[in-house]
Amino acid sequence: MEKADLTVVLRQHPFLAGLSDEQMATVLGCASNVHFKDGESAIREGEIANTFYLIRSGRISLQVDVPGKGSLRIGSTGPGEILGWSWLIYPFRWHFSGVAVADTRAIALDGECLRNKCESDPKLGYEMLKRLAQVMERRLEATRIQLLDLYGMSMSENLR
Amino acid sequence: MKDPILEHAPALASPMVPQPIMIRRAIWETDDTFTLTLDMNDWKGDYAFLPGQFNMVYVHGLGEVAVSISSDPGKRSTLEHTIHRVGLVTTALAQKKKGDYVGLRGPFGSSWPVDVARGKDVCIVSGGIGLAPLRPIIYTMLHHRSDYGRIIVMYGGRSPLDLLYRVELEKWDNNHDIETLVTVDRGDTSWKGYIGVVTTLFNYIKLEARDTIAYVCGPELMMRYTVDELVTRGLPPEQVYLSMERNMKCAIGFCGHCQMGPTFICKEGPVYQLPRIRPLMDKKEL
Repeated sequence: MEKADLTVVLRQHPFLAGLSDEQMATVLGCASNVHFKDGESAIREGEIANTFYLIRSGRISLQVDVPGKGSLRIGSTGPGEILGWSWLIYPFRWHFSGVAVADTRAIALDGECLRNKCESDPKLGYEMLKRLAQVMERRLEATRIQLLDLYGMSMSENLR
Repeated sequence: MKDPILEHAPALASPMVPQPIMIRRAIWETDDTFTLTLDMNDWKGDYAFLPGQFNMVYVHGLGEVAVSISSDPGKRSTLEHTIHRVGLVTTALAQKKKGDYVGLRGPFGSSWPVDVARGKDVCIVSGGIGLAPLRPIIYTMLHHRSDYGRIIVMYGGRSPLDLLYRVELEKWDNNHDIETLVTVDRGDTSWKGYIGVVTTLFNYIKLEARDTIAYVCGPELMMRYTVDELVTRGLPPEQVYLSMERNMKCAIGFCGHCQMGPTFICKEGPVYQLPRIRPLMDKKEL
């Protein structure tokens, strides 16, 4: 994909919506287009987290390997969402694995490249951090709701 | 030996008197949820229900439970109830088989308003067994598919094995009649769908908020998060409908068991327009 096309794709992704032209050009320098086939790994638990993915289409399943139980799927990310924030947070290692469960297209941002650019351009760094914090907040809230085991609850069931 | 319910079958006119109805089919949907298909040919009088209404299902000598009707309102000879096995009565119902009898009275309660969605998009959000009371409205809309814009069904369950009507969900999705998004709290490696709470599915659809009618049913807490998400995404509250659940006994607004503040769920509900019920949902004493 040409850089010009990549700019269009980047602009269309909700995570980067509203960045200035200058900031977008900076991010573009770290970007490449990637494709994962169904079943292909995007990230692996324990490995160095050096990529930040912006999902364009398809779906990535987050999973953790549990001894004796195999892989448990604990989350998923899809079009318009992101995969991974460990590229920004020390010690820069993935805590979960991510496997494509459908043909998936994404923009891969080189984590180290973006980190360095965020260090040298604090305005961009703050912008990225604000956006990531929003994603983290939403996922934390969703995880808390998940922990409530909502579907096991019913007002009148214990009376039936 | 004649079924004990049949021996006491009276001339049935009172809404408090159950009629004996034969079970035509009993199938397990999941480990703890089953569907009874009831033969309505023996029903004395006219029986017609609207999507969202419920019946009182009686097990002789044990008690009654309120159960939403989950079948196609267009089918008059049978009626389906999908039931979660959780207590004495529902456990007894779970043991019933083809040819057994249950007592039935109904239909009761308010219904999903279908007409308000004509010419508009429809967003149906359900969690767990909450899909059962919404299934009749899906059937109704599919019978008149061209009357509606997009029909989106969002459904959340605990795990892939806990999902109801999986074959139907796939069929609707494959026919492109309905955009179906299904998510589970926990998946195994065979699950290729979404994982997460049902509200996360809103990330994958774009709603034309002003032209969308939403119908929501599931555990109350799930509905609270869902309606907040819908309103955040611009849906006017009066375009959101939800079905409430309380312990219903008489089903006709006499006994007060299902009272929620100023309203009796069995009579004015279970289906409410959001502005009517939302303030009550925030009161923890209710």
